[in-house]
Amino acid sequence: MTSQVRALTEDAVWGALAEVPDPEIPVVSVVDLGLVHAVGLDGDRLRVELLPTFVGCPALELIRASVAERLAGMAPQVEVEMTFAVPWTSDRITPEGRRKLGDSGFAPPSRPLLPTIGVRPTATCPWCGSADTTLENLFGPTLCRTVFFCNRCRQPFEQFKAV
Amino acid sequence: MSTGDPAATAPRAPKALGGSGGALSAPPDNQFDPKVRTALSNLLLAMGDDEFVLGYWDSEWTGIAPVLEEDVAFASLAQDEIGHAQALYQLLADLEGGDPDELAYGRQPEGYRHARLLDHPRTDWAFSVARRFLYDTADAARLDALAGSAYEPLAAVVAKMRREETYHLLHMHAWLERLAGGGEEPRARLTAALERLWPDALCVLDGIEGDELLAEAGVLAEPMAAVRRRWLAALAPELARLGLPGPPAGHTGPCRGPGRSKDFRWLWEQLTMVRRSDPEAVW
Repeated sequence: MTSQVRALTEDAVWGALAEVPDPEIPVVSVVDLGLVHAVGLDGDRLRVELLPTFVGCPALELIRASVAERLAGMAPQVEVEMTFAVPWTSDRITPEGRRKLGDSGFAPPSRPLLPTIGVRPTATCPWCGSADTTLENLFGPTLCRTVFFCNRCRQPFEQFKAV
Repeated sequence: MSTGDPAATAPRAPKALGGSGGALSAPPDNQFDPKVRTALSNLLLAMGDDEFVLGYWDSEWTGIAPVLEEDVAFASLAQDEIGHAQALYQLLADLEGGDPDELAYGRQPEGYRHARLLDHPRTDWAFSVARRFLYDTADAARLDALAGSAYEPLAAVVAKMRREETYHLLHMHAWLERLAGGGEEPRARLTAALERLWPDALCVLDGIEGDELLAEAGVLAEPMAAVRRRWLAALAPELARLGLPGPPAGHTGPCRGPGRSKDFRWLWEQLTMVRRSDPEAVW
């Protein structure tokens, strides 16, 4: 009997992508963060397009290479590329992604999506749940983070930047 | 440019393919006549160089900013700008051929086309704040004029840049306010810096040959002179409220080189040092 090679499905590709962690915040996957713009499958050719969270994010190539490595062998021809086809926004983070961020001490992005003059980001403390927090710095240790301080439990924490 | 092989990272145009999620990217077509295309290249180079040079100047504050928060903030601002430069150089390379790294690091100082506002060194904190305030607000007016660009690859990058620049604007408006109301010395330094920089700031929205053609072709919403007027009109109420100097009636002299300041030549020596010592280096 010859073994039947099961046809690759897009679902299987999305499943594999869900196993690729973000290099800077590994509790969330590239799917949780909404980084996957499109999956295309055509015969021997598998193409995945990813969205950069920040244009200058130094982890972009690392993310692209991790995805390419995970998908290698799933199809004879695998292409993984970054695209600006639509702007990545923090609203692309899935509910599951927001929960995982919170569980690991990152406040999920606030709303409204973008701060404007006079309207600054707010955050609820991921450690104690208090809303009594102070924005310490719009900028943080990486491009996608903002630094807050919780006035109740007296802990600093970071928020995934709303962008 | 510091992330391994930029060609592997940078967005490019693939062949069409069906699939799940969003629509896969379509290749850009050669939609413009040669004159418009040349003007588009001028614009991309000028914008890329503006972001690149400002990013390098502001990265110099890392470790020596007045407060730790600003070490972090200015490092992030600088990283954003250099990322934007990389994306703009990639667009230029897609249009004209060539290599974004070569554009960034492979030119002589006379070959850069940044506005002369970026020829100044970082100087003191008030000077850096004044420059970044003027630059970021002018750049925002320019990005507004490109948001609906007929050149879709540029419109896509601009859509992303504008979201990030919102944070820059928020930060710089806050600093302008802080220094203006911060007592005699900060206010005097800020005022002196603005007076010194204003004529050169006008050059951020000037010196791009063929900008009228770009406006006619829908690449740019309106010519740079109109973008500049819109920028100045938007800034006037804030400057008046804070009692800070406004723009001069006009500016003279070349806006974007080729003559370059001694200070920029020093910066160029710094930022091209690794490249010049080993052109094949990757990191």
